[in-house]
Amino acid sequence: MSVIQEREDEIVEEFSMFDEWLDKYQHIIEMGQKLTGIDEAFRTDDYKVKGCQSQVWLQPGIENGVVVFKADSDAAITKGLVALMVRVLSGAPAKEIADAPLEFLERIGLREHLSPTRSNGLVSMVKQMKLYAAAYASQEAHHG
Amino acid sequence: MPVFDAGEIASIRSRFPILSRTVHGKPLVYLDNAATSQMPESVIQAVSEFDRTRHANVHRGVHKLSQEATDVHEGSRDRLAKFLNARRREEIVLTKGATESINLVAHAWGRRNLRSGDVVLVSELEHHANIVPWQIVGSENGSIVVPIPALDDGSLDQDAFQKLLDGAKGPVKLLAVQHVSNALGTIHPVKEMVAAARSRGIATLVDGAQSVPHMPVDVQDLDCDFLAFSGHKMHGPTGTGVLYGRYEVLERLPPWMGGGDMIDKVSFSGTTFHEVPWRFEAGTPNFTGAAGFAAALDFLEEIGMDRIHAREAELVAFAHRELSGIPGLRILGTHPDKAGVVSFVMEGIHHYDAGMFLDQMGIAVRTGHHCAQPAMERYGVTGTIRASFAIFTTESEIEALAAGVRRVQKVLGG
Repeated sequence: MSVIQEREDEIVEEFSMFDEWLDKYQHIIEMGQKLTGIDEAFRTDDYKVKGCQSQVWLQPGIENGVVVFKADSDAAITKGLVALMVRVLSGAPAKEIADAPLEFLERIGLREHLSPTRSNGLVSMVKQMKLYAAAYASQEAHHG
Repeated sequence: MPVFDAGEIASIRSRFPILSRTVHGKPLVYLDNAATSQMPESVIQAVSEFDRTRHANVHRGVHKLSQEATDVHEGSRDRLAKFLNARRREEIVLTKGATESINLVAHAWGRRNLRSGDVVLVSELEHHANIVPWQIVGSENGSIVVPIPALDDGSLDQDAFQKLLDGAKGPVKLLAVQHVSNALGTIHPVKEMVAAARSRGIATLVDGAQSVPHMPVDVQDLDCDFLAFSGHKMHGPTGTGVLYGRYEVLERLPPWMGGGDMIDKVSFSGTTFHEVPWRFEAGTPNFTGAAGFAAALDFLEEIGMDRIHAREAELVAFAHRELSGIPGLRILGTHPDKAGVVSFVMEGIHHYDAGMFLDQMGIAVRTGHHCAQPAMERYGVTGTIRASFAIFTTESEIEALAAGVRRVQKVLGG
């Protein structure tokens, strides 16, 4: 099983405890509150992911040969969702990130947040994460 | 004395099929009418009946269906002319919405009449649809878009307006101003503003997208050269809209889009154009929508625009009372003249989070910048939560909003 798959299953199990939408969202918001955020130097337009309503910043990097992400948002729910994506993707093998179908959002009833018409910036953030990982994976392939 | 008794409101509500649905298992509380209002059964029926029995292209066919379709389509023009008290039916150009209407003026009138350094005077609260078309034309001919500043209460600075009219930023060729702010709800004194512009020979366009659905608007009384609005904000189908244009002004304008139905004679040595208003209606129009639009006007007139305006004023006052008691909540736009919009921000709570939570409670509001980013900037916010009303809105729905807002605060700790 892939690293990402394992993490997704863990999250699905975690969310299965919640029957009420409010509990689910409170959990998401709490995850956002625990997010370390990004380095201040990255809080610029260059690292801002375009979203209509809430803003998202993504700070990609390489640590010990793996792709790591830090991220932040100005809205609490979006920040929680951002934390969720960082938790699933950060530190996983680059090729896995690039290919991840991310079906867990559907399994925890949050798929609507990743629909392309959503104006929260999350779709663009995931796209950026995958692009970054794909670029790194192809670089790795070239240089062995 | 309330404008409507509870029984009347209940009966009006029963005419809107969508109001009986639930959202996330809760009854729908629809407070996003300034974006798109809902359609009563009569409008849905008019559209469906047209599609079942008369669906054919208009103006061209000699066959029965085409003639009937043309009667319905042109009939909606007559209904609109009467609704607005236009002098003649030819003053009604059918478009797909207020945005297209304003773009039509920008391209047909603006390209012909604006020169480098000329000023198009808008307001700081304008919807993007009444800013960007002028910027596009300005990028071609050097004309500039200048905003009339807004005051803290959501009204426009009339002293600054007078100075701008007198040329403080250059010669004003067009006043293009909203009647009602979509972001805040303020009703601007456009009749007086239009008169001030006209006395100086300045052309005038009124964006009526948020006024025509909510109050009586009489184009002869307003005396503007152009008025733009959309059908889907007044209980009609989407893809319908109007550009009213004073006949003498329209008559002198070149077409904007070319195509079928707008021509007189086409040859490769040159083309002559159809008369007004068809000159501005290239291609197959939204005749199905026109059938629904006419039914929407019937619905509005049956209730009466005066009563609709009075009822919505009641709702706005009620919402102000309900919401202003909530600590940490600030209403933007406190001027007493307001149409059915209440816009607010909550301390420490992002509008997106509030909107998401309200949605989970079945409450549909608009959050964000409402396509009026300069207005948001003016009030130092990135967005607001906007509740907007219609004739079917009830006090208990506004109470549900207030309760929802308190719950959001409790959860998000604002």
